Amino acid sequence: MSFKPLVLLSLLLPGVAGASTFMPPAATVTAGEVDSVYAFLLITSLISFIILIGGMIFFVFKYKRKSATDKTAYITHDHTLEFVWSFIPFLIFMFVFAWGWKIYHDMRHSPEGALEVHVMAKKWDWRFLYKNGKEVTSGLDDKGQKAPATMVVPVGKPVKLIMASEKISAGSTDPMDRPVLHSFFIPAARIKQDVVPGRYTTMWFQLDQPGDYWVFCTEFCGSGHSAMKARISAVPVADFEKWLAAEGTGEMTLADKGRALYSSKACAGCHSADGTRVVGPTFKSAWGASRDIEGGGKATVDENYVRESILNPNAKVAAGYPAGVMPTFAGQLSDDDVKALIEFIKTLK
Amino acid sequence: MATATAHHENSNYLNHEKGLWSWLTTLDHKRIGLLYFITVALFFLVGGIFALLIRTELYSVGETIMTAEQYARVMTYHGAVMVFLVIIPGIPAFLGNFFLPIQIGAKDVAFPRLNLLSWYCLLLGAGIALTSLFFGGADTGWTFYTPYSIKHSPAVICMALGVFVAGFSSILTGLNFVVTTHKLRAPGMTMNRIPLFVWALYSTAIIQVLATPVLGITVLLLAAENIFGIGFFDPALGGDPVLFQHFFWFYSHPAVYIMILPAFGVISELITTFARKTIFGYTAIAYSSLAIAAVSFFVWGHHMFVSGQSEFAGIVFSFLTMLVGVPTAIKLFNWMATLYKGSINLSAPMLYALGFMFLFTIGGVTGIFLATIATDVHFHDTYFVVAHFHYVMVGGTLMSIMGGIFYWFPKMFGRLCNDAWARVSFVFIFVGFNVTFFPQFVLGSLGMPRRYFDYLPEFQHLNRISTIGSYLIGIGFIVGLITIIHGLLKGEKSGPNPWGGKTLEWTTASPPPHENFLTTPVVTAGPYEYR
Amino acid sequence: MSTVKSSSTGHHHAHHYESADHEYQSSKQGVWLFLCTEILMFGGLFVGYAIFHHLFPETFKVGSKFTDVRYGATNTVVLLASSLSMALGIYYNQIRDKNKAVMALLFTLLCGVIFMVIKYLEYSHKIHLGLMPGDWYRGNAEELAQYVGGLEIPKNLPLYFSFYFMMTGLHGIHVLVGMGLITWVTIRTARGEFGPEYYTPVEGVGLFWHLVDLVWIYLFPLLYLVS
Repeated sequence: MSFKPLVLLSLLLPGVAGASTFMPPAATVTAGEVDSVYAFLLITSLISFIILIGGMIFFVFKYKRKSATDKTAYITHDHTLEFVWSFIPFLIFMFVFAWGWKIYHDMRHSPEGALEVHVMAKKWDWRFLYKNGKEVTSGLDDKGQKAPATMVVPVGKPVKLIMASEKISAGSTDPMDRPVLHSFFIPAARIKQDVVPGRYTTMWFQLDQPGDYWVFCTEFCGSGHSAMKARISAVPVADFEKWLAAEGTGEMTLADKGRALYSSKACAGCHSADGTRVVGPTFKSAWGASRDIEGGGKATVDENYVRESILNPNAKVAAGYPAGVMPTFAGQLSDDDVKALIEFIKTLK
Repeated sequence: MATATAHHENSNYLNHEKGLWSWLTTLDHKRIGLLYFITVALFFLVGGIFALLIRTELYSVGETIMTAEQYARVMTYHGAVMVFLVIIPGIPAFLGNFFLPIQIGAKDVAFPRLNLLSWYCLLLGAGIALTSLFFGGADTGWTFYTPYSIKHSPAVICMALGVFVAGFSSILTGLNFVVTTHKLRAPGMTMNRIPLFVWALYSTAIIQVLATPVLGITVLLLAAENIFGIGFFDPALGGDPVLFQHFFWFYSHPAVYIMILPAFGVISELITTFARKTIFGYTAIAYSSLAIAAVSFFVWGHHMFVSGQSEFAGIVFSFLTMLVGVPTAIKLFNWMATLYKGSINLSAPMLYALGFMFLFTIGGVTGIFLATIATDVHFHDTYFVVAHFHYVMVGGTLMSIMGGIFYWFPKMFGRLCNDAWARVSFVFIFVGFNVTFFPQFVLGSLGMPRRYFDYLPEFQHLNRISTIGSYLIGIGFIVGLITIIHGLLKGEKSGPNPWGGKTLEWTTASPPPHENFLTTPVVTAGPYEYR
Repeated sequence: MSTVKSSSTGHHHAHHYESADHEYQSSKQGVWLFLCTEILMFGGLFVGYAIFHHLFPETFKVGSKFTDVRYGATNTVVLLASSLSMALGIYYNQIRDKNKAVMALLFTLLCGVIFMVIKYLEYSHKIHLGLMPGDWYRGNAEELAQYVGGLEIPKNLPLYFSFYFMMTGLHGIHVLVGMGLITWVTIRTARGEFGPEYYTPVEGVGLFWHLVDLVWIYLFPLLYLVS
């Protein structure tokens, strides 16, 4: 395989991507980019396959055994050939590696100002919680069948999901009822992310076409695994705003609920909201900051850091503050309470 | 005992001693190889029945022949039986045990007692693992991902301990092969004259010795997690479920090469013999096996691109995974070059070898789709992955086992299988395989996740094609089995070298005598000298 | 196994080896490979320990306060002494001093017994306090706090005892297996089966015993001296 056809091929790609692939219609810019890599791989694979298997079949017919005493050529190796067929695949591999890396980097970094939605997975259902307290769960349709939860999002705006795995029933003490792994997969957006018990994972997407999209769970989670679906409905921004403000909104926003917990659980005794130093670090302007940790190292104040600091306060103590002072709040705050506190801290700019 | 009568003209390893007891206590590597053959074939039958049950269930949308709970179990046992009891022991412990010592001119493996012990470890491990069926069966998938697999379930404990014990079988076989290859080569059999099958088994053995202990401790921890709730993988005590995946794949990715490297070795033998031509690039093929073995220890994280591991880790693992592609491509090109100007005989073993190249090329290139991190995010845990690893592990390993069986059958039993029927079995398996698994690439691209009991209606027609293909594979294996049994009972008598092979096993009688050679061979040239 | 040749000591090397030395070298390589697998298996636990110790230093610090350094140190000395006597056992077999070899091996065995008795005392003390791994943990926080001088008892203290029991338990099983093997080679030594030409089993068991010892040398500071 020489290099020229390759260059030509990569020029042809935008045309080939989409139409000739087996992918579902691409609904995001990232999905389009993934499809380009996919089309490139498909074409190079096809060429490699034709060279290898075509060559194989050609040789099999050309050099079919004619008599029991056939003499064959004695060829042990050819360094040039061997170099060529090691090095060209290597170059192709490095090219797709770098290309894949670039797209993956974009997948992992959500743009500033994305709409944040909390996603909760349990055996075997999805639940969505918006910042204003609006909650979407699965329900029943007209025929009494289970209707998957539908997350409504605005078209053309980035959406960031903060995902957690939870028990089947929140207050359950049954040791068998424990959160397990799930995975949030949007085929139309070509992205998925595991939902891992005991921590938050995040992903983001921006749907550019209005419409309804499937969400599948892709990490085996038991007999209800294949029934664990959700829908995403992308609607124009104005419709989204209207929907978000409509009935079904929670009593208060997540941040307000967090503010209430901040007083009622006596967080305020040690952590100020206005920048003054009390016992522990202040919450003001804490969000997103990089913080020195006692005993070396740094940590960014993000969802996982705040969660860990509430449930296991001595794991990463801010440098210059006493360790062992704060008690754990594990068992005293529900998963949703922790999310509310996180949202409250986010508002203290 | 090696008495004078043992060297009688008609004496061979099969009639050297008689009776069931002499087989169950045998220290002869050839007999142990055949013990493995019988066991692995039985497990393959079990795993195959589970596979057909899966495909039958997926023939239609909704519940077809079983409930979702039953499906989860069938899927788990299909995976666990096929991986731990069929494909991992398949080539090394059966064909490898039989032919590694003969191919290097040794009388036996280095530690015959350990060799027998390893077979009993496999039986015991399988027994413990299958005991789980009496506790309702495990429903975790063969990967046992935590925390789903932590439910204080006796079934999971049995599976974990069974895998632990079966792991010893693999370790002991690998240890035996490494020492045998190092220490027991015939005079003149230098490391650059050993057949490529031995190179492949040697590379495999290194992985078996170095990776399996990590699986051992992982499943032991999983069992302890189910018995005591030790909390290593359980977030409730601060443990980390993803840590289990790291531990598990640190073994199980190298294990993928335990499954495929011996297959590469078989193919190198088949291609040279049936093209009657020296192998192209002996050194490149030999060292590419070692290279794959070495890199295999550093790619486990590509199973975890969407598990929440850091972006940096994802990129490093993607890069290292790409590197595996290079030695694999080298092998494929070298085999193709070996055909050039050869004298190609299309007997059944060669058809299997060519079929292997066809299927493995598809399995290999789709591996690049999965190593590319951006596309893997889409394909991860979909049917695309299912199709990919079946193309590699079934299309690769099972095709080469079948090719290897038909190739070495006259050596093992002194009789030939009916070539026409062996070719019929190939046609059914090859066509059925593509009909089964090619549609699964499309299903995966469209977004159908794996381990699904039920699916969207629009996926139904592709699933139906796939199910029909799986029955064709089943027919192919039944034809193959009948051909083998017919060959055993009624097969034409074969001479010592029916195919014109050049490696040492073809210089001794068929079947070989108890100590393989009447006089220790002295080697003066490379393994594939067709001049 | 069929045997075709015999050496002057009465040992028959197996038919597929050229000589007794060939067999010895091969067996030794096999034992070393096996030791590699052992190291990798314990390696999994050590990696886990490193990760969780990094995450929860406080838990490991408090947990180690429940171990008794005197017991641990005694056991370290006992195992080191046993390694020395094991080496002597090999040496006396090599020079065919049967009586001394048996004495050295019996001393090694005695050390193993002492080690296990001390382990038993330690285990029963912890079980009495309810300090069991994971779900089996029955510790009373107030009672335990007094025991460690008023330190706060971390919620995930059971995690420390999961490590403690998994690591020392797996090691203890190895000590028991080693003791079985030593008994076996002691009997064979007493029967006069070994000499300068053939002592492979003693050497192999010796290497295994040294590994068991070595693992303990790492376990002792990690579990007892971590604070």
